[in-house]
Amino acid sequence: MNEIQNTPDQTIEALQEIETTVEIGQLSYRQLIWRRFRKNRMGVIAGALLLIFYMLAIGADFFAPYHYNEINMRLRHVPPQRLHFSVQNGFYVHGLKSVRNPESLELEFTKDLTQRHPVEFFFKDAKGRRHLFSSAGPMFLLGTDRMGRDLLSRIMYGARVSMTLGLVGVFLSIILGSILGTISGYWGGWVDNLIQRVIEVLSAFPDIPLWMALGAALPPGWSSIQIYFGITVILSIIRWGGLARQVRGKVLAYRESDFVMAARAAGAGHWHIITKHLMPGCYSHIIVIATLAIPGMILGETALSFLGLGIRPPMTSWGVLLEEAQRVTVLLHYPWLIFPAVPVLVVVIAFNFLGDALRDAADPYSD
Amino acid sequence: MAISIISFIIIQLPQGDYLDREIQRLEEEFGDSSSLAHVEELRARYGLNEPLWHRYFIWIGGFVRGNFGESFEYKREVHELIWDRVAFTLIISIGSLIFTYVVAIPLGVYSATHQYKWSDHFLTFLSFVGMSIPAFLLALSLMVFAFDIFGVPLFGLFSAYYEGAPWTWGKLNDLFKHLWIPIIVVGINGTASLMRIMRGNLLDVLGQPFVQTARAKGLKEIVVVSKHAVRIAINPLISILGMSLPGILSGSAIVSIVLGLPTVGPILLRSLLNEDIYLAGTLIMMLSLLLVIGNLIADIALAWVDPRIRYE
Repeated sequence: MNEIQNTPDQTIEALQEIETTVEIGQLSYRQLIWRRFRKNRMGVIAGALLLIFYMLAIGADFFAPYHYNEINMRLRHVPPQRLHFSVQNGFYVHGLKSVRNPESLELEFTKDLTQRHPVEFFFKDAKGRRHLFSSAGPMFLLGTDRMGRDLLSRIMYGARVSMTLGLVGVFLSIILGSILGTISGYWGGWVDNLIQRVIEVLSAFPDIPLWMALGAALPPGWSSIQIYFGITVILSIIRWGGLARQVRGKVLAYRESDFVMAARAAGAGHWHIITKHLMPGCYSHIIVIATLAIPGMILGETALSFLGLGIRPPMTSWGVLLEEAQRVTVLLHYPWLIFPAVPVLVVVIAFNFLGDALRDAADPYSD
Repeated sequence: MAISIISFIIIQLPQGDYLDREIQRLEEEFGDSSSLAHVEELRARYGLNEPLWHRYFIWIGGFVRGNFGESFEYKREVHELIWDRVAFTLIISIGSLIFTYVVAIPLGVYSATHQYKWSDHFLTFLSFVGMSIPAFLLALSLMVFAFDIFGVPLFGLFSAYYEGAPWTWGKLNDLFKHLWIPIIVVGINGTASLMRIMRGNLLDVLGQPFVQTARAKGLKEIVVVSKHAVRIAINPLISILGMSLPGILSGSAIVSIVLGLPTVGPILLRSLLNEDIYLAGTLIMMLSLLLVIGNLIADIALAWVDPRIRYE
């Protein structure tokens, strides 16, 4: 008789428990993933950071203070300038004074304290393009390179190439990997054998030397855009194997499962079974693998361009920017040229954290 | 076999090879009449008039007999150029491999036994950074750093004094002084990821009943971890030995280019840029062969360490 005499608190707790279970039952798979993902603080921060980077990259025309190919031959290798703030002027930078170094005979720049160039927001340059911020006087917050081009602007424009290349490359290898992986796992037999052997042969090459060889094989006459896609294809050709293996494993596991059997018994065609029953089970996996593959692609492009085998000027990428910093002597004189390494690192680390968080979140039923 | 075909196709990809340029140069130098005969001779010697598959068989036939063809650029037999470099590549790769395992395993164990303490978080963060930093950037920054602080240029594998000198103890000593930097740089990426794997494995193993039993028997924690848990957790690391090889070989190639080491990397880059096809092809083949042999050794090592594994 006394069994029902719960305290009100306990009843509410029990009700809440029921509610949450019901709620979990009603949430879609995607919502569950999103829920778990949000709990991982590092993953969310990384994701937000990447979104900001992509926005900066896409809107580089607006966000960058200069155009990436704006050459100032009289302002070569200007060191980074400091941003000052005062109440009358707002943000400003000091002017530049060039002094010839008596020993090396090179022009060196120091700040001219008498001059102040205010930073203007929504600045309109000579060609009528709007910039988020820029200045009428020279303003190089990260210094300039050997042709007097603003490094900050070049990094922003370089992000376009470096960051999209990873995405496009991974997209290509997803397509290749999931199609071939599905075929391999679904049909088996000699097709499976052939595809597996091809993957094995591809993985028998160390990737960077192979990329180098393929990069060197791109015809010199190609335009920047063609080179861009060439590099993308090269990067994804080598990297689809791992993805294909994973997809094959998943497909193999699902192929004999009851729901696929049922579909087959009901007379469903191959296409229907693959697209409606097998692929959805692989989506989360594919997304996780893809996210973790992007940093590898970005690093691959950076390494290739760094060696002079990747993206070619006038197009610019982080690897192209780092190529200038290749020699120690250059780097000792102009240490700011190494700065493009920072966004490379940040983006790669962010992708790793994001991928990690997604991997944890991809399996919402695990606990 | 398949590797050799792909290598060959890849190096044949660039349109117009070194020979074309050489022929052009000869034509400019001597006018046409005298050079044409020379050009024809060159063409015949390298079989450039033959179809592609024929050239492949000439090349691979020579390859298995140790005749790798001639480098167009250096005007020397390829095998004279590469053996030293292959040896240094091996030294650096094996060194990095040892470094990777020697450093990663203790750190992974430490990280797992101190799970969620601040030291674990710190190591986790470090390993993420270590996995993300490209080797060439690390090499570059180390080089600048060393030059800034110590004033020594970290370039090459020998000091200027020993550069062309014959092998002596002094030279060997000098080699070791220079060797550790590339070894660490190349090994960092592998170390970081290996540490993560070791940590994960050990955490899995530590949760298992037999570890509980060992603890219940009253064994000291250190014995439980080192004798019972680590021995099981270490097995997967040996099987991924083969998987970490491509990374190390790639890393050594690119780090060598930055640091100017006399390994396969820089000469590969040069030969690729100059379309010196026989040299490039041989180098790519060599690297791939090293990888295949390494994988084989890893498989054998795994079967040797874990008696449960048998290859049919």
